[in-house]
Amino acid sequence: MNPEVDSKLSKLKQVVEDILKEASQQGATSAEAGVSATSGTSTTVRLGEVETIEHNNDNGMGISVYFGNRKGSASTTDLSPQAIKDTVKAACNIARFTTEDPYNGLANADEMLQSQPDLDLYHPWSISIDEAIELAQQCEDAALTEDKRITNSEGASVNTASGFHVYGNSHGFIGAYPSSRHSLSCSVIAQEGDDMQRDYWYDTSRVAGEMDSAKAIGQKTAQRTLARLNARRIKTRTSPVIFKNELAPGLMRSFIGAIRGSALYRKSSFMLDKLGEQVFPEFVTISENPLLPRGLGSAAYDGDGVATQARNIVENGVLQNYVLDAYSSRKLNMANTGNSGGVRNLAINLSDSSFEDLLKSMDTGLVVTELMGQGLNPVTGDYSRGAAGFWVEHGEIQFPVEEITIAGNLLEMFKSLSVVGNDNHAPGSVNTGSWLLDHMTIAGDN
Amino acid sequence: MNLAADPIQPVIQLASQAILTPSELEEKHLDQVMGKLLSRQVDYADIYFQSSRLESWVLEDGIIKEGNFNIDQGAGLRAVSGEKTGFAYMDEIQLPSLLEAADTACAIARLGQNHIHKLPTNQFTEALYQPLDPLSSMDENSKIDLLKSLDAEARKQDPRVSQVIVSLAAVQDTVLIYSSNGDLNGDVRPLVRVNVNVVVEENGKREQGSSGGGARVALNYFTRDDTALEYAREAVRQALVNLEAVGAPAGTMPVVLGPGWPGVLLHEAVGHGLEGDFNRKGTSAFSNRMGEKVASPLCTVVDDGTLPDRRGSLNIDDEGIPTENTVLIENGVLKGYMQDTLNARLMKTRSTGNGRRESYAHLPMPRMTNTYMLPGESDPEEIIASVEKGLYAVNFGGGQVDITSGKFVFSASEAYLIENGKITHPVKGATLVGDGPEVMSQVSMVGNDLKLDKGVGVCGKEGQSVPVGVGQPTLKIDQLTVGGTEA
Repeated sequence: MNPEVDSKLSKLKQVVEDILKEASQQGATSAEAGVSATSGTSTTVRLGEVETIEHNNDNGMGISVYFGNRKGSASTTDLSPQAIKDTVKAACNIARFTTEDPYNGLANADEMLQSQPDLDLYHPWSISIDEAIELAQQCEDAALTEDKRITNSEGASVNTASGFHVYGNSHGFIGAYPSSRHSLSCSVIAQEGDDMQRDYWYDTSRVAGEMDSAKAIGQKTAQRTLARLNARRIKTRTSPVIFKNELAPGLMRSFIGAIRGSALYRKSSFMLDKLGEQVFPEFVTISENPLLPRGLGSAAYDGDGVATQARNIVENGVLQNYVLDAYSSRKLNMANTGNSGGVRNLAINLSDSSFEDLLKSMDTGLVVTELMGQGLNPVTGDYSRGAAGFWVEHGEIQFPVEEITIAGNLLEMFKSLSVVGNDNHAPGSVNTGSWLLDHMTIAGDN
Repeated sequence: MNLAADPIQPVIQLASQAILTPSELEEKHLDQVMGKLLSRQVDYADIYFQSSRLESWVLEDGIIKEGNFNIDQGAGLRAVSGEKTGFAYMDEIQLPSLLEAADTACAIARLGQNHIHKLPTNQFTEALYQPLDPLSSMDENSKIDLLKSLDAEARKQDPRVSQVIVSLAAVQDTVLIYSSNGDLNGDVRPLVRVNVNVVVEENGKREQGSSGGGARVALNYFTRDDTALEYAREAVRQALVNLEAVGAPAGTMPVVLGPGWPGVLLHEAVGHGLEGDFNRKGTSAFSNRMGEKVASPLCTVVDDGTLPDRRGSLNIDDEGIPTENTVLIENGVLKGYMQDTLNARLMKTRSTGNGRRESYAHLPMPRMTNTYMLPGESDPEEIIASVEKGLYAVNFGGGQVDITSGKFVFSASEAYLIENGKITHPVKGATLVGDGPEVMSQVSMVGNDLKLDKGVGVCGKEGQSVPVGVGQPTLKIDQLTVGGTEA
């Protein structure tokens, strides 16, 4: 690894060690701390002209101290020695008032990551501001010149960020790694008569060179926006629904949210007591792979320092295990799955069917390309959200649709999944294609 | 503290002491940094200092499970030239890094003389809230007792209550703003919040309910008049109602919205669409419609940042401009947009004191404060009685709007069927969807019962969250699409 990175990481390691020492001196029986430093730029161009240039520089540290089973936490953006003292003191003060909780404490020492693999997450982008402006201009220009109905723009942005992350605890574990993340995004407006529509597209990656070209992103932005023009409402009905590949990750995240330890021990999940049960059709396997090289969600250790590992969460449609961290695994009396901070690089197994094949097998129904609102009840799984997309008949897209809702219950929706497409090319850390669900209720005109 | 005589100087002094003194910075240093920011062809520049302290506590399973203390401080420097903005921020408030950031920020502008036109700006004349420290406004043991009393109150409402989570948060946000107008402005902004979430269980069926509130006050706000105990009772009541709820209808029907928090309708259907940035760029469904009829004549909607102690209120916005009571829609006619300095300058109008930012690490933009509809003349019971078959929605989760198409949604968390003018049985939360201007023109009755929300609103825009308020009287919308499951 390069010396600059090593030096930056060892500085932050020193901060973590100072924090842990300070916590011990202030009487804590154990402690853990995370420190990060991220910097980057964000360049936005609108209608060909620079709109904003932002220089980002974010530092942060978070500390938890334990006095026996009482816990206190504190955080700050200031990494100075005085701030370390003050922040540890604040955390210790909090711990004087919290209650003994037998499930509190660091994760078990034998679960800590032993040796850290290089997941290849650090690829800083040496792009100058002028080059970033030019790239954003290319992207927006590709959108604006795609069709004369593209009449206005919300701009195109180039973002780049690189950071250093260190976590340590009083088991003696200390983990450190650098990472980078870049993105290129565009949003334009199309107009035809009185109808005005906006849409966007983007790509994001650890490695700048792995993103789609500025031109391709701009063109796709324009095509998505144009396709929405002259959208109509449809009549209230029940019908099959396809969640387009960029929306299917949302369904998977709702599923994961419901099998998180905290939702389960609070008994506020529609997935309560479903371990070992059929929750998806038999063809479904859902997995996480935290160790994926260059993965957007990758990390070798979780928020408690526990080694992460690849695993299947759903096999043959059956729920195999939950998503647990140190606290929730103790509270539920189950094995820790190393998921403090969430799941990393989720994936579902794909079929051989293309998106067009999905349209054909649906024959008549709705393709959803946009969802609005937060209409999910996490306790019951009841789902009702605003939607926009396309109406399909005879296996072909007929016209764009807007100002409708789709409703169902996630338990039933998951079971009614009939095909996952092989169109797994949407950006992000979840690997899935489009989902075809057998039926949902659509509310629109009477 | 007596602030009646001259409320401004003490607040600015407090803010200066909190932010500049520890860093040994004086006003002459600010002039030096500003000089650097204005060393090119800049139209406007500002330095925004912030020191924010937050304390939060969580009770779960009857025990005080978590507590957290956070300090965040830093400075954001901005240089504006035409439509271009250069921005740099840092979390250390030290002269050398401020000077460096000033260089970075103003690089956006061409070399040459700045174009500063000093505008006389108003100072706020009456403090809307006390510059107090809510974190120390109650001792730790009393905070813990408050949380425990809410847990007990929730559990004693009904034996079906199986889970109670109570949270309390107190923030003191101190800001100091030095703008190229030549003004140094400051504000000390307290904000407190309590929330109660419950799960109820009966025969293996579970439901949730939640309630809460807050304001720019000291923590004893919650112990006066059973204010917070009422959140506990309300959370249980909602959860029990939902336990009985059946599937909501799907389709288009008359909808009656209760008073208060359902005003999230206005926030989504008209509020965002009337923010200056979208209208300057011509990307809002309301663009170029000033003076036109955009709602039924019964509708008058304002954005009012000047209500004492309210969560969405501010003495000054984040550009140092005093907040106002801005009429957005008057008797159905579009009257005004919400502006910050950048968009006001480009639209050749003045700022309405709506320039807000999440923190020093974010750029300001036009944002709402407290957005509500003025009361009408109808009796709320008469409104419900006028509906043959429809939905009565009284509590909501959140909402979202597509500014450009004008389409918006908001999700009910407590709703009932109306049959033959009477409220009958509860139905499961459904998302309501509509077109902003179209729905506003469908408002056919406005109640005489204006209520503001209890102080829980958080508005997100372009990744930035700010506290806001909403409110409205009981409203009848003749046709709105209800996203239930019962087609």
